Amino acid sequence: MGTGRLYAAVAVGGFRRYATYRIATAAGVFTNTVFGLILAYIFIALWDDRPHLGGYDQAQALSYVWLGQALLMVVAVMGGGFEDELIERIRTGDIAIDLYRPADLQLWWLAQDAGRALFHLLGRGVVPLAFGALFFDLALPVDPLAWIAFLVAVALGVVVSFALRFLVALCAFWLLDGAGVAQLAWIAGIFCSGMLLPLNVFPGVLGEVVRALPWSSLIQAPVDVLLGTADLPRTYLFQAAWAAALLAAGRLVQSAATRRVVVQGG
Amino acid sequence: MVSPARNGTRPVERGPADAVWAPQGRYEQVREGLRAYRMIAAMWIRSTMAYRASFAMTAFGNFAATALDFAAILLMFSQVDRLGGYSLPEVAFLYGVSGTAFGFADLAFGSMDRLGRRVRDGTLDTLLVRPAPVLAQVAADRFALRRLGRITQGLLVLGYAVAVLDVSWTPLKVLMIPLMLLSGGVIFAAVFVGGAAFQFVAQDASEVQNSFTYGGSTLLQYPPTVFATELLRGVTFVFPIAFVNWLPALYVLGRPYPLDLPTWVAFAPPLVAAVCCVPAGLAWRAGLRSYRSTGS
Repeated sequence: MGTGRLYAAVAVGGFRRYATYRIATAAGVFTNTVFGLILAYIFIALWDDRPHLGGYDQAQALSYVWLGQALLMVVAVMGGGFEDELIERIRTGDIAIDLYRPADLQLWWLAQDAGRALFHLLGRGVVPLAFGALFFDLALPVDPLAWIAFLVAVALGVVVSFALRFLVALCAFWLLDGAGVAQLAWIAGIFCSGMLLPLNVFPGVLGEVVRALPWSSLIQAPVDVLLGTADLPRTYLFQAAWAAALLAAGRLVQSAATRRVVVQGG
Repeated sequence: MVSPARNGTRPVERGPADAVWAPQGRYEQVREGLRAYRMIAAMWIRSTMAYRASFAMTAFGNFAATALDFAAILLMFSQVDRLGGYSLPEVAFLYGVSGTAFGFADLAFGSMDRLGRRVRDGTLDTLLVRPAPVLAQVAADRFALRRLGRITQGLLVLGYAVAVLDVSWTPLKVLMIPLMLLSGGVIFAAVFVGGAAFQFVAQDASEVQNSFTYGGSTLLQYPPTVFATELLRGVTFVFPIAFVNWLPALYVLGRPYPLDLPTWVAFAPPLVAAVCCVPAGLAWRAGLRSYRSTGS
């Protein structure tokens, strides 16, 4: 089997694995919609008080809410993707078998996560966004090119998110119990991705710092690309640079960790 | 001819096993349940405390994760002076009550969202053959002391709110605080039990429960003036979580509730909490009765 076909098969497997749980998907869509509804009302109150807060008008702010709910699972802000399994495999030592396989560890999981993300985009993303568009005044573009640009930004966001979670999972080589790091990453992700509030609403220096961190690639960047409030090449460059840097860091940590496994005789 | 046993002039002698299997009366049953809950919870606490550093980290993580919601509120107030007409101390008061009440319910019943998994992998059967009430076993399963982090966070925000609020405190208003926390905890506990009952039917749908538990407590952290009237009607008359903090807290804050309701409803939370337990208990029984094991 060719290398490309191997990873394509892994990605399809990732897609099908998450597509199996239909009731869980429906339940998740319901929850995203409920939280979207609560946030939408809070944002309406905020933007009623301060129109043009963060450079958004109210329709753009509401679009932010529903796009955020749609992307939440796609870019796995709260974790819960492959990393739990990888941490478990490191803890139990099964990782030794994975390292023997004639496939690259990082690429393997990236392919699996890409399949998961595509499923979550279709299964978890479309319905909450459609609900929001139906019941609220959103500022969604009709130009298909804007949507294609959005999907590219989402794909880059997924890679950044993957690279971050891969690093988190590899910490288990040293800590064995990855729960603490996973939780820290989860908290940082929620705060810095703009899931609580759009990052351009964050005040002062704090705002500048969170906008420069990799997590801003996950939700803020794709939403700004779709709403036309972003400089397209700069946003892509920002996302791609973080993706490349974090993937490279993952490689470095992986090679250090692999040497450690060999030393341990695993 | 009536047999002496059925005649019932003397209580039939029961062996120790019988006493456990068929507790006499409602009171005995509740006591048995609490005893089982206490023992299982104590077991999990001992097991948690074997790894103290890990416990400290996860408790802090629980605290920090909960604090994110309040961080969002602080960020909002860095841009506006009022949200839905409410000042920061007032929103903090709503937040503190909702967070703490939810924290109590989460500590005692938060593990119940694992029920769907237990039904799916068949491990619920183990609980059914043990001589203790299933509800107590499911609720105490993996009892997580780290959830004290959430309660601590809620109490801190509540303390801040009470310290800075510009309210003329009367004994009645002071009394409202423990009343809200306890009744609110019971209302959320009923939601947890009802959600678990639902999982007998829709095993994979445990996330729906999150909309009502976490979603409900998030909703209550903000002033009711922010939300649409239909939503307020829904959480007042159908799914009555408005009694956790909105109605009683607005009395303390001296603000009117957006729906035209008489003032005495501010004192209704204990009654509402008691009433909530009835459908939750009935749903739990119906769910448990309908349970069919996966078999193998």
